[in-house]
Amino acid sequence: MDSIIRIENLIFEYQRDETEKPVRALKDINLEIKRGSFTAVLGKNGSGKSTLAKNLNGLLLPTGGTIYVNGYDTKDEEHIWDVRQSAGMVFQNPDNQLVSAIVEDDVAFGPENLGIEPAEIRRRVDKALNDVNMGAFKGKAPHLLSGGQKQRIAIAGVVAMKPSCIIFDEPTAMLDPKGRNEIMKIIQELHAEGITVVLITHFMEEAACADRVIIMHNGEVFLDGTPEEVFSQGEKVRSVNLDVPLAVELAAKLREEGIDIPANIIGTEEMVEYLCQYK
Amino acid sequence: MLRDITLGQYFPGNSWIHRLDPRIKIMATLLFIIELFIVDNFIGFLIAAVVLGIIVAVSKVPVSYILRGLKPILLILVFTFALNMFMVKGRILWQWKFLHITAEGLELAVFMAIRLILLLMGSSMLTLCTRPIALTDGIERLLSPFKKIGLPAHDIAMMMTIALRFIPTLLEEADKIMKAQQARGADFETGNLMQRAKSLIPILVPLFVSAFRIAQDLAMAMEARCYRGGENRTRMNEMKFKGRDYAAIVMMLLFAAVIIIESKVL
Amino acid sequence: MSIQVKNLKHIYEKGMPTESVAIEGISFEVGDGEFLGIIGHTGSGKSTLLQHLNGLLKPDEGTIVIGGVDITAPGVSMVDIRKRIGLVFQYPEYQLFEETVAKDVAFGPKNLGLGEEETEERVKEAIELVGLDYDDIKDRSPFELSGGQKRRVAIAGVVAMRPEVLILDEPTAGLDPKAHKDVLNMIEEVHRRTGNITVLVSHNMADIAKLSDKVLVIDSGHMVTMGTPKEVFSKREELSRVGLDLPPITNLTEELRQRGMDIEQTILSVDDAARQIAEYLKDKGHNKC
Repeated sequence: MDSIIRIENLIFEYQRDETEKPVRALKDINLEIKRGSFTAVLGKNGSGKSTLAKNLNGLLLPTGGTIYVNGYDTKDEEHIWDVRQSAGMVFQNPDNQLVSAIVEDDVAFGPENLGIEPAEIRRRVDKALNDVNMGAFKGKAPHLLSGGQKQRIAIAGVVAMKPSCIIFDEPTAMLDPKGRNEIMKIIQELHAEGITVVLITHFMEEAACADRVIIMHNGEVFLDGTPEEVFSQGEKVRSVNLDVPLAVELAAKLREEGIDIPANIIGTEEMVEYLCQYK
Repeated sequence: MLRDITLGQYFPGNSWIHRLDPRIKIMATLLFIIELFIVDNFIGFLIAAVVLGIIVAVSKVPVSYILRGLKPILLILVFTFALNMFMVKGRILWQWKFLHITAEGLELAVFMAIRLILLLMGSSMLTLCTRPIALTDGIERLLSPFKKIGLPAHDIAMMMTIALRFIPTLLEEADKIMKAQQARGADFETGNLMQRAKSLIPILVPLFVSAFRIAQDLAMAMEARCYRGGENRTRMNEMKFKGRDYAAIVMMLLFAAVIIIESKVL
Repeated sequence: MSIQVKNLKHIYEKGMPTESVAIEGISFEVGDGEFLGIIGHTGSGKSTLLQHLNGLLKPDEGTIVIGGVDITAPGVSMVDIRKRIGLVFQYPEYQLFEETVAKDVAFGPKNLGLGEEETEERVKEAIELVGLDYDDIKDRSPFELSGGQKRRVAIAGVVAMRPEVLILDEPTAGLDPKAHKDVLNMIEEVHRRTGNITVLVSHNMADIAKLSDKVLVIDSGHMVTMGTPKEVFSKREELSRVGLDLPPITNLTEELRQRGMDIEQTILSVDDAARQIAEYLKDKGHNKC
């Protein structure tokens, strides 16, 4: 299967100011993201996960190594707009990423930058807004919407650019549970439509929706595998200051009580199913 | 309190005025402002007020909404009114110690107040009935002939778009910060001018920090969405003059002619 | 020290065509040293209620009596109210403004009119209460700290006013799991050591269940129910009708009960759940399953 993103020996360093020694935020990362996959990237603040995300669409450029997005090297200035069009990005703060004071004009912003025909922009904007269930709000001002609604507009703005891949950088961190559910639903729908999803998060339940989980720690890939493979290593996950899903936590405590629970149970529903066999 | 400010805000709608080409509306507003300064008698103002009234009625923007936008400038209005009323020499109507009101002063005060109110209502109609993006697009297009002499028309327009988008966000932010500092015992209402000015620091510093954070986030989000200045950019809503726009031009010119003739004749 | 809220009502933009009732008919009591959790989704009127408790908003109807003083009465000094009631807003780090951490934390105490010595003592106490090292952090700029540290410094700024009632609006929003846990433990610790009344507003049902003595549920400006976590979270249907979830572990154990597993109702902690499930399974003879 072909890869939409290929990261080879990625190193990223930054300097707080001129006199200081550069800080190495990412240390020799090698990853491939398959086309159409759903990857969750976890890690506590400062683990390098956001830096990695910003490297994936050329907002930051590698200090060492190379990243290919849709075949384009992110360092290749000639193709930087192809890179950004291929890999769209949704950020954490829903307020600070909307450009226009009218919802539909904001969604049109990306396609307009790409120089697309007006009639085609109109079609894309309407479709993107419908995709995120915000069609009824196209004439509204963003500051009157809830956090979850604003974030949906931000997603529509990226969808309208027809990216092959969308990188979500903690899109639900500032939302309430309702907004969080809405966004997760949309992310799953977009994935089902064939868009490659990279979701940076620190909510374990969200990561459990993915088909691959990568845990970052101190600028390195600490764990990488299916959600089952990663979360079954509860101790390791906790050792880098992350939580484990509820079912994994409960399984660990049940084992202490002398009840054996298979390691591959990581979801609440699976746990209920498993326990109910023995009632 | 801060949320009451409607100046510069858009009022969504689909009226004839809303659908006019933004370039027409900008030109019409400029013309209206110039005309207000040409007018030198009350009948002229009456004509201007009637025209404005018709525009408001057609736009379907509630009058109360427009009036609310005048609230922030009420102080300026009262101040200029008082200044004119007391400072102009002439036939004295009323006197108390050194203060005196003259007939000429009163007339000028009323005259200037009407001019200011019409000016503000007229220009707020522009922003109320024009989507911010259309407005900035219009300005960009109107300024584009000046690109040749190095005027960054697109950048000016973009800056205005962003300002319009973030005014409500920053007002909300200011409101939040103010409340938070009040909860920590800050007092903005008492003390002399110096103390009051000093008490603004706990609001202004966090507000600047927020503004910088927003600017940073926004710049990154815009870059991620392939923003690279005005070159090769297209627009979802193309600007083309339609029938109603030509009709508006005719009406504009007619109105201008009436005002000029009226102020010459009377 | 106790709080009595009676029949509170607040209308926004009274007399305007956009007038709306934010809260209505809210009545509850909080006893000395209690920990009150408030839940309700965004826009339910939680923030409006909190701002009343701190005197930032005045009710259109009803009274709030705190420690025997009616803070809604005309002529009550705001300084007195704020001496007794501290309010920590959402994302409180956005209100930091001073050059150093110590100066920022001192802002509140100074506004209360305290002298240099007393202020310094309180600043030191507050910074240590929120789990930071005073000598290490006092001269640093608040803007160069990590997200979790900034949050703590901001909370210290309110704690330093030694409020008898400490109100926190979503104090863990936007933090990573580690910082979330740290801030939560810190709140518990401050509550334990100062014996104050703590009011916590949160969307995280597990946190509410763990910390609260009483839970108040509000929806569209009205009180839905109030009681111990056990009482409140036993009303699954009622909560779901106003769009609120049970704590995840309670959800799981209730599911097991519905499927016929005989365990206690409304289990609120993972430890409890594990113990009960294990006991049940062992009774059934499934020592090793």
